[in-house]
Amino acid sequence: MKQFRSFLQKELYHIFRDVRTIMILLVMPVIQMILFGYAISTEVKNAKIAVYDPSKDIATRRIIEQMDNSKSFDVVEYIVNPNEIEKLFLEGKVKMVMVFGENFNENLLHGNKTQLQLITDATDANFATSISNYASGIIANYQMELMQQNKIPITIQPEIRLLYNPQMKGAYNFVPGVLGLILMLICAMMTSMAIVREKELGTMEVLLVSPMKPLLIIIAKAVPYFLLSCINLATVLFLSYFVLNVPIAGSLFWLIVVSMLFIFLSLSLGLLVSTLVDTQIAAMLISGMVFMMPVMLLSGMMFPIENMPVFLQIISHIIPARWYISAVKDLMIKGLGFSAVVEEISVMLLMIGVILSISLIKFKVRLD
Amino acid sequence: MNAISVKNINKSYKNHQALKDIYFEVPKGEIFGLIGPDGSGKTTLFRILTTLLLANSGEAYVDGFNVVKDYKKIRNVVGYMPGRFSLYQDLTVEENLKFFATVFNTTIEENYHLIKDIYNQIEPFKKRRAGALSGGMKQKLALSCALIHKPNVLFLDEPTTGVDPISRKEFWQMLLKLKAQGITIMVSTPYMDEAAMCDKIALMIDGKILELDTPANIVKNFNKTLVAVRSDHMHELLLDLRANPHVESSFAFGDSMHFTLKDDNTNIDEIKNYLIEKEHSNIDINIIEPGIEDRFMSLTIK
Amino acid sequence: MKVIEVENLVKKFGDFIAVDNISFEVEKGEIFGFLGANGAGKTTAMRMLCGLSKPTSGHGKVAGFDIKSESEKVKANIGYMSQKFSLYHDLKVWENIKLFAGIYGMKKDEIAKQTDELLERLNFESERNTLVSELPLGWKQKLAFSVSIFHNPKIVFLDEPTGGVDPVTRRQFWEMIYEAAYNGITVFVTTHYMDEAEYCNRVSIMVDGRIEALDSPLNLREQYKAKNMDDVFHQIARSAKRSDN
Repeated sequence: MKQFRSFLQKELYHIFRDVRTIMILLVMPVIQMILFGYAISTEVKNAKIAVYDPSKDIATRRIIEQMDNSKSFDVVEYIVNPNEIEKLFLEGKVKMVMVFGENFNENLLHGNKTQLQLITDATDANFATSISNYASGIIANYQMELMQQNKIPITIQPEIRLLYNPQMKGAYNFVPGVLGLILMLICAMMTSMAIVREKELGTMEVLLVSPMKPLLIIIAKAVPYFLLSCINLATVLFLSYFVLNVPIAGSLFWLIVVSMLFIFLSLSLGLLVSTLVDTQIAAMLISGMVFMMPVMLLSGMMFPIENMPVFLQIISHIIPARWYISAVKDLMIKGLGFSAVVEEISVMLLMIGVILSISLIKFKVRLD
Repeated sequence: MNAISVKNINKSYKNHQALKDIYFEVPKGEIFGLIGPDGSGKTTLFRILTTLLLANSGEAYVDGFNVVKDYKKIRNVVGYMPGRFSLYQDLTVEENLKFFATVFNTTIEENYHLIKDIYNQIEPFKKRRAGALSGGMKQKLALSCALIHKPNVLFLDEPTTGVDPISRKEFWQMLLKLKAQGITIMVSTPYMDEAAMCDKIALMIDGKILELDTPANIVKNFNKTLVAVRSDHMHELLLDLRANPHVESSFAFGDSMHFTLKDDNTNIDEIKNYLIEKEHSNIDINIIEPGIEDRFMSLTIK
Repeated sequence: MKVIEVENLVKKFGDFIAVDNISFEVEKGEIFGFLGANGAGKTTAMRMLCGLSKPTSGHGKVAGFDIKSESEKVKANIGYMSQKFSLYHDLKVWENIKLFAGIYGMKKDEIAKQTDELLERLNFESERNTLVSELPLGWKQKLAFSVSIFHNPKIVFLDEPTGGVDPVTRRQFWEMIYEAAYNGITVFVTTHYMDEAEYCNRVSIMVDGRIEALDSPLNLREQYKAKNMDDVFHQIARSAKRSDN
């Protein structure tokens, strides 16, 4: 028993004297709780919607008012021409468009079929469901209100249309996320570990004291993971198209270009990490904690960015995967072309430039 | 022009000075040994000379090139075997050798004659992964990889540590053969018997060179009488010696004790009688020739 | 009294016979040197003696306990120190002592008293609260040895204990060994420093799993007409077929 106690004590000493372990054991859970608590909210809050209202009568105005007043929705645009609807979705300006038919109130009171459409962006199936439900809830409330006022049975049955993902497949949302995660994992984590391994083993010393240019060493380390990533890219796309039936609605060419960019970006990140640490474990931990966790939580892969508190939304801007995933969604699922992803491409190019420069400056030609 | 030239090199880390005013020259074709315990600064010195570390002050030249300004040139012409076995454990013997040859822009065939004697011993295992080799074999492979590009200067940092005595002897035979080919070798070792095989040695401790000379001269510099004594009770022998007023310092040396006298003119029979009085039996006491280790110790216990 | 009694000990790994029928005895208070090239079977034999590995056949008794059936008792009655590991670097000096003493079942007040004594004897009181990682190598070794015999075992196993240490410290280390042997602790040591073999009362040399020589260094030197143990070792080990591959 005494042995056990003294051994236990020793283990506690080991843990508390190693700063890194403490960080992971005590600080990580706190960060995760905060992130999960605040960032992730499946409630619908301030979702942007647009309205097309040809009737402009008391019923439509009342419904629109209730939607706008609710915490869940924000009416940001009153559409004049129904042709604009598609554009709004493609530009990602709204998550839902309410389309009223003509003579809405009249039709309502005379028991004719009401015309009310809720068109939602179903790229994120869960979110689309939530939105539709909330909207339906508000409409049902109005229905109640009307019934009490007029003492006649009234039904408002909105037609729910799901754009881009009519079968509400979760896959549409997570395929881009998975792509981002895998490429980041292979390129950033594995590459950084491969470079650091030389340092850890001691073979880096021997390589440095040789004619081989350090730059070549790095490139040689990155190339295998680059190739692996390309293979994985092909595999994931293949599987998602043929097995999960996720369409590649847009340009395959630009999808590949954007993916290549992201691969380079991740490789640069891996290089940067390798200049910062000396052990493979540290490389792994940094890649895991600093890269993957935020990617999973803040990139929009699992939870919509719009739902997060503002400061986290701002942080999500510096997460490379966010831009890639957004570009992939636009290209793959919304079927958009180059013009839609110009912003994402520019941001990624900028990131590559910055990260590569820092890494190359930091890369040590000596051991000091 | 000397193969290695070191002038007033100093190197400090955060709270510890690793090298203090190091100064020496190594002519071409010589085997130069750094002898000293862990922490004496040997590895730091190696790293400065192979251009992996920058000294805080002082200058050094390898094969005529300045270690700071011309580091790229030096990296083309030296061979380096750092402290740990610097091989790729999951590559085979053959693959390791080929890799290092290519890194140095050469081929195995080009300089095969240089490593032939060494490689012969590991050739039967050429398809085996380096990680699966014994300590002695790994060391031979590492040496081959360091030689494959025919370096002018070879830096070996503790190449024989932890290796059995037989392999160690073989390794040194190889080094002597390399010297015959004109390669300058700087090697560090904690084993005093290996020190004797160098042309010149530097005794290092705590970042300083205590003495630098040929092995023979170093021994000569031990200018006190050295006495070896043994008896049937070694532990008591040591205590009794230390208690004796004539004895200056005494240490265990294998099967006997070595001690020096405060006054070199003291007759050792006096000591013998003293020990007989202390009831030691089978006393065997002689004046002996000192070795490198005796000299090293006399320098460290100032 | 015999602290080690080994009879026809064999250890096989599949078809490979690592230890091939060795027999020997070690008396109390002896300093016994266990030599051999890498791969000769030294480490395997030592592991069996420490109760860490079960013999394939043969008998062995260490500190009076059978190494096959009473291996836990063997472990509790021996001390062990190796070059690769001896103390926890991120623990302080006194914490290390307390930990290992606790593992061997010493009582709290005993530990405290003996710790004080030990630190005073080694002139180490000022380093009581120093992290082992901050001690110079020589001090680490000496401390490690003291910790390994802290619980007063009948026999202590030392596996290459003096690697990389300066000559003065090495000798001080051996003086500590002499003292321990004088106080009745048997010392079983392996080493690659042939001059250290000379410190031993008797030495055994293993080749290809078998003991090829066992005698005092003096007798061995006479027998092989050698200048020193290095020479003896070379003559014997030269014939080895296995060089640990």
